[in-house]
Amino acid sequence: MKYAYYPGCSLERNAAAYDHSVREVADLLGIRLQEIDDWNCCGATEYFSRNELAACAVIARNLALVEPQTDQLVAPCAACYLNLIKTDKLMVDHPEFGKEVNQCLAAGGLKYEPGRVTVRHMLDVIVDDIGETAVRDKVVRPLAGLRVAPYYGCQVVRPISNNDNPEYPMKMDHLLKWLGAEVVDYPVKAHCCGGHMTQISEPQAFELIRRLLQNAQDYVADMIVCMCPMCQLNLDGYQSRVNGFFGTEFKLPIMYFTQMLGIAFGIDPQKLGFGKEIVTAMPVLEAKLGGQPV
Amino acid sequence: MAAHIAEKKGTFLEEVIEATPGGERLVHCIQCGSCGGSCPSGAEMQYTPRTLIAMIGANDRDAVLAANTMWACVSCYFCTSRCPQNIPITDIIYTLKRMSIAEKRYHDTDAPALAKTFTDFVDRYGRSFEFGLATGYHLLKRPISMMKMGPMGLQMFTRGRMALRPTKIRQIEQLQAIINKAKELSAK
Ligand code: SF4
Ligand code: SF4
Repeated sequence: MKYAYYPGCSLERNAAAYDHSVREVADLLGIRLQEIDDWNCCGATEYFSRNELAACAVIARNLALVEPQTDQLVAPCAACYLNLIKTDKLMVDHPEFGKEVNQCLAAGGLKYEPGRVTVRHMLDVIVDDIGETAVRDKVVRPLAGLRVAPYYGCQVVRPISNNDNPEYPMKMDHLLKWLGAEVVDYPVKAHCCGGHMTQISEPQAFELIRRLLQNAQDYVADMIVCMCPMCQLNLDGYQSRVNGFFGTEFKLPIMYFTQMLGIAFGIDPQKLGFGKEIVTAMPVLEAKLGGQPV
Repeated sequence: MAAHIAEKKGTFLEEVIEATPGGERLVHCIQCGSCGGSCPSGAEMQYTPRTLIAMIGANDRDAVLAANTMWACVSCYFCTSRCPQNIPITDIIYTLKRMSIAEKRYHDTDAPALAKTFTDFVDRYGRSFEFGLATGYHLLKRPISMMKMGPMGLQMFTRGRMALRPTKIRQIEQLQAIINKAKELSAK
C-alpha cells in the first residue's frame, strides 16, 4: 500500500531513530512511503499561538503537496499529526475559513481540496491497515520477558478520534503484545509529557515528566515505549535533569514503538537508531532478550 | 447564564467566539468544572479553564488577557476531550494567547518569546531548528538556563541528535508568499 510520508522536523535529527525505524519497518511490512517533496515545518504548537490563518496555511502547504496518486498521509510525530488532521478538519467544517486558507495557498500557486487527504498516525497504519496476522508473521525474535510501558501522550488520541480510547488507549498495547512483550498496565499512558514546557517552566515540566517515569517504575517496566519525538525527548533527554531536580534515580530507556517492532522483526539495531537514546537500552535488552546481539 | 450572555453583542465573548472556529459552543458552558479538574497544569494557573470561561462570559477582558492560564497550558486536550458541552477549550486558549500576544498583555512568561523565535525560523527556513531555538531563545532570555542545559546539549550532539545549522526548504519563496498572504488577510 502506498502512503505519502511527512517526517517532520524532529525526525530529521533529534528523532532520526524514529525516522530510520519507521522506514525500516514500513519496508518490511510492505508499506510504501513516499516522502512529500520539499515539505515544510508544521509550526508545532507555536504558530497557532501567533496567527491561526498563517498556522493553517503553513500546514496546508504540505497537504497540497501530497501527490494525487494517494489520499493517505502518514505522520509519525504526534504534533505534526494533529496539526495536519486539525487543519484539514477546520477547512472541511468551516468552508469560509477553508477558502481563506486556499487564498493563501494560491499566493504560492497551490490549492488544497478540503477532505482530500486522510491523515494517519504510523501506529494506526500498522495496527489498523496491516493488522495482527501480518505483524505476527514477521516476528522472528519475540520480545518475551521484556516489560514495556506503552506511552501514547496526548495529541494522537485527543481531541480528534483515531478510533481508540482518548482516556485509556489500547492500540499500542495490542501491537506490543503481538511482538511477545509483556505490556504493563500504565495508568498515565495518555497523560502529558509537558510538550514545550521544558523551555518555559522547568519545575512545571519536570513534575509532569517525573509522574510518567515514576508510574512506569511503579509498574516495574523495563522501558517506556513511545510514539512521539517530543515525548521521547522530554522523557529521555531530560531524565537526568529530572533526577537531579527531585533526587530520584530513574534509569528508564525511552524507545520508539517502531524500534521495538524492528527488533522483533530481526532488523539490525544499528539501522533502527539504537544507541541514539541518552538512557541506553542495551543493558536491559541484553538481560531480557537472552543476550541477543543488540 | 448561557442565554443572557449569548445576547450581548460587541462583547468580549463575541470577540472570542468570532476568533475561534467552533467558538460559538462557548455559550453552552454549564460551569461543571470538568475542564479545570482534568487539567494537569491547574495548580500553576491563576484561573482554571472553567473560571476563565466564566470571566469571558462576564466580559472581564483585561483580567483574562493578562492571566497566566494560557501560558501554563500544555495543549494536552484533556479539557476539550472531557467537556460535556463540546466546547473547544484548548482552541479558545490559543485564541486568548494570540490576543494576549497581539496586545502585549502577558507578563512573567517566556512562552511568547519562544513562539516568536520558533515561527521566525519557520518563516525564514521553512523548517524548525532545535539548536537555534535553544541558543537563540535561551541566550536572549535566560542565559543561565542555557548553561544548565550544557551537558544535555553535549549528549545530544555526541549522539548526532542536534544539527548545527538549519535546513532550508527549496521553495522557501513559495512558503513565504503563502505566509505573507496569511498575514495580510488576518490583519484585515
Ligand atoms: S468542561 Fe465544558 S461545560 Fe464544564 S466548565 Fe469546562 S467548558 Fe464549561
Ligand atoms: S489543554 Fe491546556 S487547559 Fe486543557 S487540560 Fe490541557 S493543559 Fe489544561
